[in-house]
Amino acid sequence: MASSTEAAANAAAESSVAGRGPFYSWLNQRFPIDLFVRSQLTEYYAPKNFNFWYYFGVLSLVVLVLQIVTGIFLTMNYKPSEAEAFGSVEYIMRDVSWGWLIRYLHSTGASAFFVVIYLHMYRALLYGSFKTPRELVWIFGMLIYAALMAEAFFGYVLPWGNMSFWGAQVIVSLFGAIPGIGEGLVEWIRGDYSISDITLNRFFALHVVALPLVLLLLVVCHLVALREVGSNNPDGIEIKKLTDARGKPLDGIPFHPYYTYKDLVGVGIFFIIFAGIVFFAPTFGGLFLEPPNFEPANALNTPEHIAPVWYFTPYYAILRAVPDKLTGAALMALAVLIFFFLPWLDRSKVKSIRYRGWLYKSFLAAFTVSFIMLGYLGLLPAEGTYVVLARIFMVIYFAFFLLMPIYTKLDKTKPVPERVTSHG
Amino acid sequence: MSEVDEGRRKFLTAATIATGAVGAAFAAVPFVASWAPSARAKALGAPVEVDVSTLEPGGMLTVQWRKQPVWIVRRTRDMLERLPALDDTLKDPASESSDQPSYAKNEYRSRKPELLVLVGTCTHLGCLPKQRFQVGVGEGGANWPGGFFCVCHGSKFDLAGRVFDGSPAAANLRVPPYAFVSDALILVGADEAQTGAA
Repeated sequence: MASSTEAAANAAAESSVAGRGPFYSWLNQRFPIDLFVRSQLTEYYAPKNFNFWYYFGVLSLVVLVLQIVTGIFLTMNYKPSEAEAFGSVEYIMRDVSWGWLIRYLHSTGASAFFVVIYLHMYRALLYGSFKTPRELVWIFGMLIYAALMAEAFFGYVLPWGNMSFWGAQVIVSLFGAIPGIGEGLVEWIRGDYSISDITLNRFFALHVVALPLVLLLLVVCHLVALREVGSNNPDGIEIKKLTDARGKPLDGIPFHPYYTYKDLVGVGIFFIIFAGIVFFAPTFGGLFLEPPNFEPANALNTPEHIAPVWYFTPYYAILRAVPDKLTGAALMALAVLIFFFLPWLDRSKVKSIRYRGWLYKSFLAAFTVSFIMLGYLGLLPAEGTYVVLARIFMVIYFAFFLLMPIYTKLDKTKPVPERVTSHG
Repeated sequence: MSEVDEGRRKFLTAATIATGAVGAAFAAVPFVASWAPSARAKALGAPVEVDVSTLEPGGMLTVQWRKQPVWIVRRTRDMLERLPALDDTLKDPASESSDQPSYAKNEYRSRKPELLVLVGTCTHLGCLPKQRFQVGVGEGGANWPGGFFCVCHGSKFDLAGRVFDGSPAAANLRVPPYAFVSDALILVGADEAQTGAA
C-alpha cells in the first residue's frame, strides 16, 4: 500500500518534468528546481502591457550583481586604513591589471544604481504601484533604497580622499543634532574623537559585509512580496480579476520567455550607455567622482565647497535650506521617510496616472521639478538666491506628500477599463 | 492523554521569549560597546602642550588635539572691546546653551581675556571655519566685526567663537578644557596643569 503510493508520487514527479531526462527528475526529487522555475518564471503571469518604465526593476538587479562582483575584486587590492587607503586606490588605478576598469565600473555603477532606482520609484508614482495590495512591495523597496543610501555613503568614504573625509564628517555630525544623546552617538559611530582610521575600518566592514547582506535579504523580500501580489501595469488594472478557465489571467503572459527576452534588450541598451560613461566620461564632469576627492584626506583643510554626490543633493539642499541644525536634519530625514507612507497618503480610487485627474498630474509635475531643482541647488553653494529657491522647492516637495490625502480625494478620475489597453 | 492546558502553554511560550530576549540584549552589549573609542584611541587623545610665547597679538595658532584643530588666538585690545557690543546680534551671547568649561563661561569665553582657545570645528556639521579677522571684509559684509566664517553652510562666529543670528549652527564654538602650565605654556585637553608627564 505504502510503496504503491510512493511509486505513484514518483511517477507524478517524473511526469511533471516530462521530456527533461533522468537527471532532471533525480534533481527535482531532491531540490524543487522545477517548482521554482514554474512558480517564478514560466507560470508567473505578468501583465502584457509593460512599457519602457518596466525595465528599471530588472536593471536594478543587474547593477546590484555588477556592484557585488566588481566590489569583491576591488576588495582584493584595497586597504582599509588611514595610511594606506588613498594609496591603495591609486595602486588599483595605475598598477593592478585592468584595475582602472574594475574601479570605474564600480564607481559608475554606484551612480547608475541610483539612476535606475530613481526611475523605478518614479514608475511607481506614475502608475500607483505602491497602492493596495502592493504596500509591502513598496515598503521593502523603500527599505532597499534606505540601505542603498547607507551603502553608497560608506563606499564614498573608503577612497579616503578629502571629500570622503569631510563628507563623513558632515554626515556623521548630523546625528549630533539629536537632543540629549547626539554627541555621544556621534562619538560612538566614529569610535574616536574625530573621523579616523577606526571610523574608516568599520565603514569598510559595513560596506563590504553587513549592508550587502541586508540588501540581498531585502531584495528577496521585495521579490517574494511582488510574486505574491503580482506586478502592477501602466493601466493600474488587477489582471488577476479576469482569468480563463484554467485560472490564467486573460491579460497576463508568462514572465519567461516573454519578459526575460524583452528585458535582455533593455539590459543590452543599458550596458551600451553604461560602457560609454565608463570608457569616455567616468568622472562625468565631477558628478560621479568629485575633483576634491583626488587629493588625500586632510583633517586640517575643509574643501572650499562641500557637496555630496549627485544622488544625495536633493536632501542636502533641504538640510541647508533651514537655518537651524536640528530642524534641518529632521526635515532631511523626513524627506526620505515620508515616501514610506505613500500607500496611505494616496486616497485616489484609481492607480494609474492615465485615469487620474489634473490635480494629481499637476502635483506630480511640480514634485518632479522640485526634486530635480533641489538636486541641482544641492550642488551649488548655499548663498543668497539659491537658499531662497531651495526653500520654495522644499515647500513644494513636502506639499506633494502632505496635501496628497486632500487632492487625491478631490481629483476627478476617469473610468478605468476592464482590460489593459495596448497602446504605449 | 489529558487535555492541553492552553493557558499554561501560552505562559511558558511568553516566558521563554522574554528570557531569550533578555539574553539577546545582554549578548548585544559587547558588540555595541566595541564601537566606543578604544583604549588606544583614548590614549592618543591625551592632552597636548602648546607654547604660545611667540604668538603675536592678532595672530592665530592651530594645533591638533584629538585630531581636531584647536585654535589659539591672542586677541588685541581692539578685538576685545568690540565683543560686548555684539550681544544683540548673537544667538547665545552668554553661552548658556553652548559647550565650554565653567572657567570659560564668561564675557571673553577664556581663562585670560586676550587668549582665546577654541575647537576649530563648526558646531553645525563639523567643517573648519576660516579666519576672517579683518573688520568689514569678506562674506560678512561691511558691518563684519571680525571673527570666523564657515564656507560649508555659512555659519558666522565672532572673536569669542559666539554664533551670529541667521547661522545654521545653533551653538557657539566649543572651548576645550585647557590650563596654563606657565604664562607661555598651555595644556590643551585638561582642566588642570598636572605636574610631570601626563
